[in-house]
Amino acid sequence: MTRPRLVTGARLQFDDVREEHVLLVPEGVVRLNPTAAEVLELCDGERSLDDIVGALAARYDGADLGDDVRGLVGAMAEKGLVVDAAA
Amino acid sequence: MPQPRPSTLIAELSYQCPLHCPYCSNPLHIGAETYRRELESEHWIRAFREARGLGVLQLALTGGEPMLRRDLVDLCEGARDAGLYSSLITAGTLFTPDRAEALKSAGLDHVQISIQSPDAEENDHIAGNRSFEKKIAAARLAKELDFPLTINCVLHRQNLDRIEELLDLALDLGAQRLELANTQYYGWAVPNQEALMPSWEQLRRGEEAVQRFRERVGPKVHVLWVLPDFYEELPKPCMGGWGATALVVAPNGDVLPCHAASTIPGLQFANIREHPLEWIWSESDAFAHFRGTDWMQEPCRTCPLGRQEVDWGGCRCQALRLTGDAAATDPVCRFSAHHDRVVAARESAQTSEFVYRTAKRPVRA
Repeated sequence: MTRPRLVTGARLQFDDVREEHVLLVPEGVVRLNPTAAEVLELCDGERSLDDIVGALAARYDGADLGDDVRGLVGAMAEKGLVVDAAA
Repeated sequence: MPQPRPSTLIAELSYQCPLHCPYCSNPLHIGAETYRRELESEHWIRAFREARGLGVLQLALTGGEPMLRRDLVDLCEGARDAGLYSSLITAGTLFTPDRAEALKSAGLDHVQISIQSPDAEENDHIAGNRSFEKKIAAARLAKELDFPLTINCVLHRQNLDRIEELLDLALDLGAQRLELANTQYYGWAVPNQEALMPSWEQLRRGEEAVQRFRERVGPKVHVLWVLPDFYEELPKPCMGGWGATALVVAPNGDVLPCHAASTIPGLQFANIREHPLEWIWSESDAFAHFRGTDWMQEPCRTCPLGRQEVDWGGCRCQALRLTGDAAATDPVCRFSAHHDRVVAARESAQTSEFVYRTAKRPVRA
């Protein structure tokens, strides 16, 4: 995974009725915790995985979220929800 | 039990359609006067806003053929403004470049195109009109405009043997999703049941082909394949439970818990011209009738597998059709006293002529 992006047609949204982040995809809804939503917002097809980890570290006092980011992006890619913009 | 929140609104914009598919889920009486009184744009747009307030996130713009609505672009704008994720469920024959671009600009999120068979001649035979080439052009156009594309094919005895061609066609068209929808026997599929019912051997080969395709192609194409009800021993949670996840709005504004609920005698359907959606969902007779588990009879009431809140008793319309009682256990269930009727239906399959969907003449159910 070089430069992750959301699959075509996927949309991040905050559901203000249930008060949670969701990823809307064709005929499906994936409920997200706030951290997952933050990672997916950074999957813009421009940033690399390292860039995403770096951006989060800058926001959270240098915390290393590398394993969390790679785990989440990998799991989303297995479901076809995140794809590689470089592929 | 707390009131469930719906996540899906199925908007049947019109029962008019240029196709005549013999398994159409629309009611047999689509030609009736009531369905010609279609809702105005403002009714739909208000319903979209109210649906979002109830918790709905997914909107299916369907029919009949939704592209026959001249205000479809306005409806897509209304859906976007309401915060809904919109899917157009179309036969594709009217999905022309001008209209497709206007829908894209209006915020339509996703396009689903039906194909009756991967073989042009067979497609046109099943659809009852010449439509295959237009569908393929529509699918390519959707991709050019960067819509996520779903290909949908209703499977039955007369096209199941072409499942490998269908999988390859979906891959070639660049579909992200392929819905292999084994026929469900309501609407127009009821008078066509014998002509549509597949054999176990066809289903087994189909499932194997899907498995091989998934291993070869991976997550690039998401293939939905569900074994049809009549070959199961336990029922499915129809609509995710009655009044639990979805609302269906008919072209005249009647709000139903499922596509086929109008076949159940005695249910009163509230209309969005007269009532707020929130009231219809929470209070109306039709939605309360089979919600939860209190209405269940034996064997559901003391289900030996404790599945009351797993399958919610299965499909009410199927229970009615096969037992005469909409509150009976779905006879797909092996514990149903009427399960033999499901077994008999499998065995009655034969190759016969279709009764094509039409608004013009009455049909015996």
